[in-house]
Amino acid sequence: MAMAPAVLVEQLQKRYGQVEAVKDISFQVQPGEIFGLLGPNGAGKTTTLRCLCTLVAADGGTLEVAGVSVNNNPKAVRQLLGYVAQEVALDKVLTGRELLQLQAALYHLPRQQGLEQIETMISLLGLVAWADKPTGTYSGGLRKRLDLAAGLLHQPTVLVLDEPTVGLDIESRRAIWTFLRQLREQGTTVLMTSHYLEEVDALADRVAIIDQGEVIAVGTPSELKDQVGGDRITLRLREFAPLAEAQKAQAMIQQLPFVQDVIINDAQGNSLNLVVTPQSDALINLQQALKAADLPTFGIAQSRPSLDDVYLAATGKTLLDAELAAAGQRDPKVERKQSMR
Amino acid sequence: MTTTPVKPDLNPNAAVVDGAYEGITPGLFSKAFFQETFALTRRLFIQLQRRPSTLVAGIIQPLMWLILFGALFKNVPAGLFGTDIGYGQFLGAGVIVFTAFSGALNAGLPVMFDREFGFLNRLLVAPLASRFSIVLASAIFITTLSLIQTAAIVAVGVLLGAGLPGPLGLGVVATIIFLLVLGVTALSLGLAFTLPGHVELIAVIFVTNLPLLFASTALVPLAFMPPWLQTVASLNPLSYAIEPIRYIYLHSNWGVNSVVMHAPWGPVSLGGSLLVLVGFSALALLSVQRLLRRRLG
Repeated sequence: MAMAPAVLVEQLQKRYGQVEAVKDISFQVQPGEIFGLLGPNGAGKTTTLRCLCTLVAADGGTLEVAGVSVNNNPKAVRQLLGYVAQEVALDKVLTGRELLQLQAALYHLPRQQGLEQIETMISLLGLVAWADKPTGTYSGGLRKRLDLAAGLLHQPTVLVLDEPTVGLDIESRRAIWTFLRQLREQGTTVLMTSHYLEEVDALADRVAIIDQGEVIAVGTPSELKDQVGGDRITLRLREFAPLAEAQKAQAMIQQLPFVQDVIINDAQGNSLNLVVTPQSDALINLQQALKAADLPTFGIAQSRPSLDDVYLAATGKTLLDAELAAAGQRDPKVERKQSMR
Repeated sequence: MTTTPVKPDLNPNAAVVDGAYEGITPGLFSKAFFQETFALTRRLFIQLQRRPSTLVAGIIQPLMWLILFGALFKNVPAGLFGTDIGYGQFLGAGVIVFTAFSGALNAGLPVMFDREFGFLNRLLVAPLASRFSIVLASAIFITTLSLIQTAAIVAVGVLLGAGLPGPLGLGVVATIIFLLVLGVTALSLGLAFTLPGHVELIAVIFVTNLPLLFASTALVPLAFMPPWLQTVASLNPLSYAIEPIRYIYLHSNWGVNSVVMHAPWGPVSLGGSLLVLVGFSALALLSVQRLLRRRLG
């Protein structure tokens, strides 16, 4: 018998007034994997999760968790999911333990089982020293860990994380990454969103890249990079190269046989971004060509394509650019209203 | 008898048939419903215990009313208000009712803050047996708080010479407070789920609170008011809570048929007042229930 995917999202649509937050999003999460939704802020990631977690009603499409329809049986879906929102909402007067006790009751854990689970989660997430202090005294990292404990308390079939490390310091972020890897080893299915490339790259077994409410690519990070093809070389003629010199170099490099594409990145001192055929002696050949043309070399580095390159290839802009462009168009007040019930 | 929800099988290989949970999903007044209602109520009491300033202020404020406002009109010639009792004695019932009313009117504020801070979302993604538990927890909390305040005022009333009704009388007073608080709490919670934010909610509370006090029989008897205000005060639910309590305080031989108020359209009995309050609460609960079903459904 075919196994139902842990999460099934098919042709999801959601609009807020004039704004089409989700146009057409489809993906499947298999049991036991970490699935990442990658995309700039405003791409529709959070809205997708909010529809899945029954916080908002979708306008169209199919949503299922372990074969259970979100539409027909929202209560069962809520029991199957553990949702950790982007902004942690804790009652600052309650202690961590009291919050977990509330959470256990909301998920109807039998008393004894609830108490045991709370102890387990407190020690698992390193909250022993903090469990009996009011959550108002917690740092950002602690708050996130408590929220993770709350989300996992009822042993959900799928853990849903919205931007799990946004706004956290490096150390807290590392701790959460390590924890999520442990979870995967124990077989927990995780669906997470992130606009951090390296986070998705480091954690996700499979990724859906989302842009403007649509899925533009799905696969393992490695597959997606292979699809884009070519290696990347970043070349800096000088720390800040004059545009004319960069253009001269661009024209010359374009002629080299192993070079597929060259663009000038004016955001980084007119450095040159090259796409080259992999496994060639690109670096050496490039340096020789530069020397022959009497052009200086300040720095040069070769790398495999990143998920950002996947995004760039599909949308014509980098994630950072998309982020900045979206930042100017978004209205935080309106979004706050949308998230209020 | 409904059972608690069975933990969904953690083995992802298990075939989960859509709709298989239908039969075991608990509903209203199941064990699961009591569990979540108790936990949500407990949260509110923990908050109160750690931040008792609301309760303390809620007890000090009515006592101030009683002492200061009572003193303000102490030298009014006897009989000016149409009664031969002292003003302090007259005022007691008004202060009891007004205190409970203000408390209930504020019931929506914590819920509004939960909405604004996203804490409500935490409750909404949980498989609650019924989301009515969120509302019920607030109602239990506010009602308890109001009854504690009422008890404090009644106790101080004894010290100030307002007397003390018998056990049955106190029971009726508690019932009246309960009915009023239930209705007003329902309305306030309804507003908390409808208005865009706490600024708007506070504005509504602000414009409702004092006008309803002045347009009731809390501070002066009906007969003392101009005719148009008599009509308004006779339509004000607060009057139907104040007058029976006042009557019980001033007459030891009260009964269900005692006339407690002379509305422009005729006398109102104590039992009639209670019926009006039951009607008011029922109406408030019904209208809010429909609204909450839409907002939380």
